[in-house]
Amino acid sequence: MMSNGMALLSIFVLAVFVGFEVVSKVSSTLHTPLMSGANAIHGVILVGAIVVADHASNNVQLWLALVAIVLATINMVGGFVVTDRMLEMFKAKKK
Amino acid sequence: MNRNLYDLIGLAAAVCFILALKGLSHPKTARRGNLIGAFGATVATILVFFFTGGVHALPLHHLGLILGAIAIGLLVGVPAARKVQMTAMPQLVALFNGVGGGAAALVAIVEYLKLGSDATSAEVIATVFTVIVGSVSFSGSCITFAKLQELMTTRPVVFPGGRFVIAANVAGVFAAAGWVINSGGNTSLAVLGGLSLLFGILFVLPVGGADVPIVISLLNAFTGLTVAASGYVLQTTLLIVAGTLVGASGTILTRLMADAMGRSLFSTLFGAFTAKPQAASDSQEVRPVKSGSPEDVAILLNYARRVVIVPGFGLAVAQAQHTVREMADVLAAKGIDVAYGIHPVAGRMPGHMNVLLAEANVPYEQLAEMEEVNPTFSQTDVALVIGANDVVNPAAKNTPGCPIYGMPILEVAEAANVIFLKRSMRPGFAGIENELLYDPKTTLLFGDAKETLTKVVSALKNL
Repeated sequence: MMSNGMALLSIFVLAVFVGFEVVSKVSSTLHTPLMSGANAIHGVILVGAIVVADHASNNVQLWLALVAIVLATINMVGGFVVTDRMLEMFKAKKK
Repeated sequence: MNRNLYDLIGLAAAVCFILALKGLSHPKTARRGNLIGAFGATVATILVFFFTGGVHALPLHHLGLILGAIAIGLLVGVPAARKVQMTAMPQLVALFNGVGGGAAALVAIVEYLKLGSDATSAEVIATVFTVIVGSVSFSGSCITFAKLQELMTTRPVVFPGGRFVIAANVAGVFAAAGWVINSGGNTSLAVLGGLSLLFGILFVLPVGGADVPIVISLLNAFTGLTVAASGYVLQTTLLIVAGTLVGASGTILTRLMADAMGRSLFSTLFGAFTAKPQAASDSQEVRPVKSGSPEDVAILLNYARRVVIVPGFGLAVAQAQHTVREMADVLAAKGIDVAYGIHPVAGRMPGHMNVLLAEANVPYEQLAEMEEVNPTFSQTDVALVIGANDVVNPAAKNTPGCPIYGMPILEVAEAANVIFLKRSMRPGFAGIENELLYDPKTTLLFGDAKETLTKVVSALKNL
C-alpha cells in the first residue's frame, strides 16, 4: 500500500504525461482558444478556496480565503465564457 | 455524503478536464470541449458544498460569505468576458490567468497559516512553491496586461544594472524560501510573497512586445503548477490533476508558440538575465516612400489575377474584418483569386487572425497557413498587407542580430506588388524598421484600415 504522499506524487507524474499527450498536435489556429480554455480549467482552484474558507480559524484567514474565492471565480467563469466566445466564431456557417 | 461517491465524482470532473483539453485541440470539437470543461468545473464546485473531506459536519462554515464571494466573482468575471472586444481578448486572458495564480497562492497561504507548526515539511515546501510561482504569475500577468493594453511601453524595458537587480532579487527569493522552510512564521512568508511579486515584474519587463504571447502561455502553465501544489497542500486529487494537466499542456503549448515564432524558449525566458540596453534605432533620416490613394489601390487590385491578403494587428484595432471580407467578395465576383495569408503569430496571440476573420464569416478554405501560402507569393500579383508589420519584415531573414531574426515570415516581398495599409510610419510591435516599406514595388496607404478599405471597396465597385 502506497503512502498518501506517494499516491499523490504518482497522480502528479501520470497527469504530466496525459497533459503532454493531449495537446501534442494542435493547429496554430487553436493556440489561443486552447490557452484560454486551459486557463479556465485552473480556475478550479475555486474548490480549494472554498475548502480553506470553510476551515478558516480566524478572521485574517477567512478574509484571505474569501479574496481567493472571488479571484478564482473570475478566473474560472470568465475563462470559460471568453473561450466560448472565441469558439463561437468557428461554428458552422448559418445559411 | 459517502467518501467514495465524493471521490468518484471528483474523478469524473478530472476526466472532463482531460476531454476538454483533447476537444480544444481540434477545430470541430473545440467548442464542445470547452463546454465539457465548464461542466466538470461546475460539478466540482457544487460537490464541495456537500462534502469537505470529513473535517466537520455540513453545512460549511461561513456559507453566506462564501456564496457572496462567488457572486462577486460572477458579477466581475461574466460581464468582462462577454463585453470584451475581440482585440482586447489576449489581455483579458492574461488578467484571468493572473487572478487565478493569485487565488492559488492565497489558498496555500491560508492553509499554511492554519496548519501552523503542524505542517509537514512536504507541505511547507509545496506552500513555498505555490507562493513563489503564484505570486510571479500574478504580478507578471499584470505587467503583460499593461503591455498589451498599451498602458505602458510595449518595448523591452531594460535599465542599467538590471541584471544585478534581478540576480539579487532571485537570491532574495531563495533566501526567503529557506527562511520559511527552516523557521516558519508569518513574517518570512510575507517577505517571500513580496520578493516573488517583485520578481514577476522584473521577469516580464525586459520581454519585448512580440514575445508577450509566449510569456502569457508560460505564466498560464505556471499557474497550473501552482494549483497542483495547492492541491498537494490540501490533499485534493482533483486540484492536482487539473493543475498538472494545465501545467504540462501549457508547457507544450508555450513551446509550440515559440517554434511558430522561431524563438528559442530559453532566450525568451532568460532574456531578463541577458538583456542589454538596446542601441537607439539606427537610421533616423527620412527616406522617401511611395504612398497612394484608395483609388490607386483599387486599380492595382482590379487588374490582378491573384491577391493575397495579409492581416495583422492593425486589422483587429480597426475592427475592419467585415470590410475586408466585403472587399474579398467584390474581388472574387470579378474573377480574382483571393486568399488570406495567415501568419501563426499575426496579431497579439497565435490564432488571433483566424478568430477575427471567422467572426466576419470568411470561408475557411480561403485562410492559408504560412507554409501553404509562402510558395505562392511568386505567382501573386498583389500582396495586401493590412496592419501587419513584423510578420512580413524581411529583417527577420536578412539582418542577423535584430530582435526578430530567425522568425519565419510571410514572404510578401516575392509578390509583384505590395500594398501596406498602415496608420503611420511607426514600426511594428517589435519596434523594428521594415525595409520593405521603402521598396519601389511597395505602395503605402495611410489611415485607419476600416476607413481606407471602405474607400477601396467603393472605388472597386465603380471600376
